[in-house]
Amino acid sequence: MVVPRYERRETVAFVEVKSPPPPANALSGAVADVTALARGLGVTLGYMFQKPVTIQYPEERPRISARHRGRHELERHDNGLEKCVGCELCALACPSKAIFVEGAENPPDAPVSIGERYAKTYIVNMIRCIFCGFCVEACPTEALQLKKVFELADYTRESMIYSKETLLAPAPKREATDSWMPG
Amino acid sequence: MPDETIMDGLFGLDGATWDMILAVITALIKAFVIVNGLLLAFAYMTLTERKVLGRMQARFGPNRVGPFGLLQPIADGIKLAFKEDVTPRQANFWVHMVAPMMALIPALIIFAVIPLGPEMRILGQPWTWYVAKINVGYLYATAIASVGVYGLVLAGWASNSKYALLGGLRASAQVISYELAQGLAAMTALVLAGSLNLYEIVNQQVSSGLPYALYLPFGLIAFVIYVVAGVAESNRAPFDMAEAEGELGAGFHTEYSGFKWSMFFMAEYVNMINISALATVLFLGGWWPIPTDAPGIIQGLGPIVFLIKIGAFMFMFIWLRATFPRLRFDRLMSLGWKVLLPIALVNLLLTSAVVALWPLGVWPFAQ
Repeated sequence: MVVPRYERRETVAFVEVKSPPPPANALSGAVADVTALARGLGVTLGYMFQKPVTIQYPEERPRISARHRGRHELERHDNGLEKCVGCELCALACPSKAIFVEGAENPPDAPVSIGERYAKTYIVNMIRCIFCGFCVEACPTEALQLKKVFELADYTRESMIYSKETLLAPAPKREATDSWMPG
Repeated sequence: MPDETIMDGLFGLDGATWDMILAVITALIKAFVIVNGLLLAFAYMTLTERKVLGRMQARFGPNRVGPFGLLQPIADGIKLAFKEDVTPRQANFWVHMVAPMMALIPALIIFAVIPLGPEMRILGQPWTWYVAKINVGYLYATAIASVGVYGLVLAGWASNSKYALLGGLRASAQVISYELAQGLAAMTALVLAGSLNLYEIVNQQVSSGLPYALYLPFGLIAFVIYVVAGVAESNRAPFDMAEAEGELGAGFHTEYSGFKWSMFFMAEYVNMINISALATVLFLGGWWPIPTDAPGIIQGLGPIVFLIKIGAFMFMFIWLRATFPRLRFDRLMSLGWKVLLPIALVNLLLTSAVVALWPLGVWPFAQ
C-alpha cells in the first residue's frame, strides 16, 4: 500500500467579505459610523478589566509542553550504566553538524555502558544546534533526550560547547534501590 | 495678601507697594508650583498611559521599576537626560535647538489662566486658584497654543530630513484646520457666557447650575466638536499625523534625541492637559457641582473636582489611542473642513440666535 507522504488539503485563498449595505441616507450612515466607533471603544474597555495574558517570566515559570525540545541529556540505566553505546548515529543525523562522538571499547572490568562500546567523547555544540530532535530519533538506545530546560544563554562561545560531563545525567543514588527514579 | 496695616511702613515702603510685591511673589510661587506640577503630571501621565494601554492590550505595562512600576518615569528621565544629544550635520543648529523650547514653553504658560477653583479665603486671607485672571483669558490660551505649533513646524524644517519635514507640514496643516472648528465650538460657550474671562465662564455655569455641555442640544454638539478638534490639536491618536510612526519614522521629531526629544513629549502631554482643562472650563463647568459661594471647606473641594474632570479627559485620550487606528491625511482634513467646521458654524449661529431671542439668561432647552 502506498501511503502518500503529504496529505493535500484544499485551501481557501480568498474569503468573500460581505460589505454592509450602503446606508439609506447620510444621517443613518453617520449613526452607524458612531455606533461602530462606540463598539470599538467598548472592546478596549472590556479588555482593560480582563486579566493580562503576560507570564511574569523570572518569577512566574512558563508552562513547558511535554514534548518540548530543550537541552540535551545523555541518559543512564537504573544501574548507573550509560545508555549511549557510541554508535555516532546522532552525529550522522544532525543536520547542522553540532554533535561529535568518539567511541571506544568498553573496559571489561569496569564497563561504562551496557554494550561493547561506549562514547569516550561526546560533544554538542549548542551554538550550532537547531533543536530539531533528529539526534533523538536516530538514537537506537534512547540514550539521548531533549529535556525541558530552555535557559541556555551564557557569556562565552566556549561555554556553549557542552562536554560529556555536562550532558550526562547524574548517577542514580545506590541506596534508594526500591523506588523508581525518574530521568 | 496680608493685612495692609501690618506691612504698612515696613522698610519704608507703603501698603500699596507691599501689596504689589506680595502679589508678584505669590504669582511666582504659583507659577513655580504649576510648572513643576505640570511636568510631574506629564511624567506620571506617561506611566499611566503605558499602564492603561497595556491593560487594554491584555498585558501589564511597566511594572519593574519600584512598586507597580511607580518609579518608571524617574528611570526614563535619567535615561533621557544622559542620552547623547545629536544634531544632524546639515540641520540648522539654532532653529533645531530652539524648536523644542518653542513647543514646550507655550504649553506650560497656558495653564496660568485656568481657574482651578473658586476665589476663596484661607485663614481670612483672599486666595485664588489661578495665576492670572485675564478678561480675554480664552483668547490668551488659544493665541499661546497657536505659538506652540511653530515648535513642531520649525523642528520639521530645521532637521533637514524628509520625514521630519513632512511631519512638520502635516502638523501645520492639521492644527490650522482644526483650530477653526475648535475655536467655533468654544465660541458657543463664550456666547452663552457672554465673556472671554475663563473665571467668569465657570462662574456663569456654576451659578446657573448646569454646565454648558448640558445646554441641549447646542452645548453638547459644541462640546463634542471641541473634544474631537482638541484631540487633533494635540496631535494625538487617531489624529497623530504629525508623528505617524508607521509612515514617517517619528514625524517632526525624527532627528531629535535625548532631552530635546523629551521636551516635545512634555509639550504634547502638557497640551493634552491644557486642552482638557479648557474643555472643563468651557463645557463642564470647572468646579461645577461645588457652589462658588460655599463655605471654605467645600470650596476647597473645587480644585479636586476640576482635577478629576481633567483626569477623565486624559483617560479618554488614552482610550482613544488604544482603540482607533490613524486616519488617512486627506480623511483627516475632510473631517475637519467638511464635517466639524460646518456643524460648528451652524451650531454657533443657532446658539447666538437663541441667546439673542431669550435675553433673560434662561436656556429654553435646558430642562
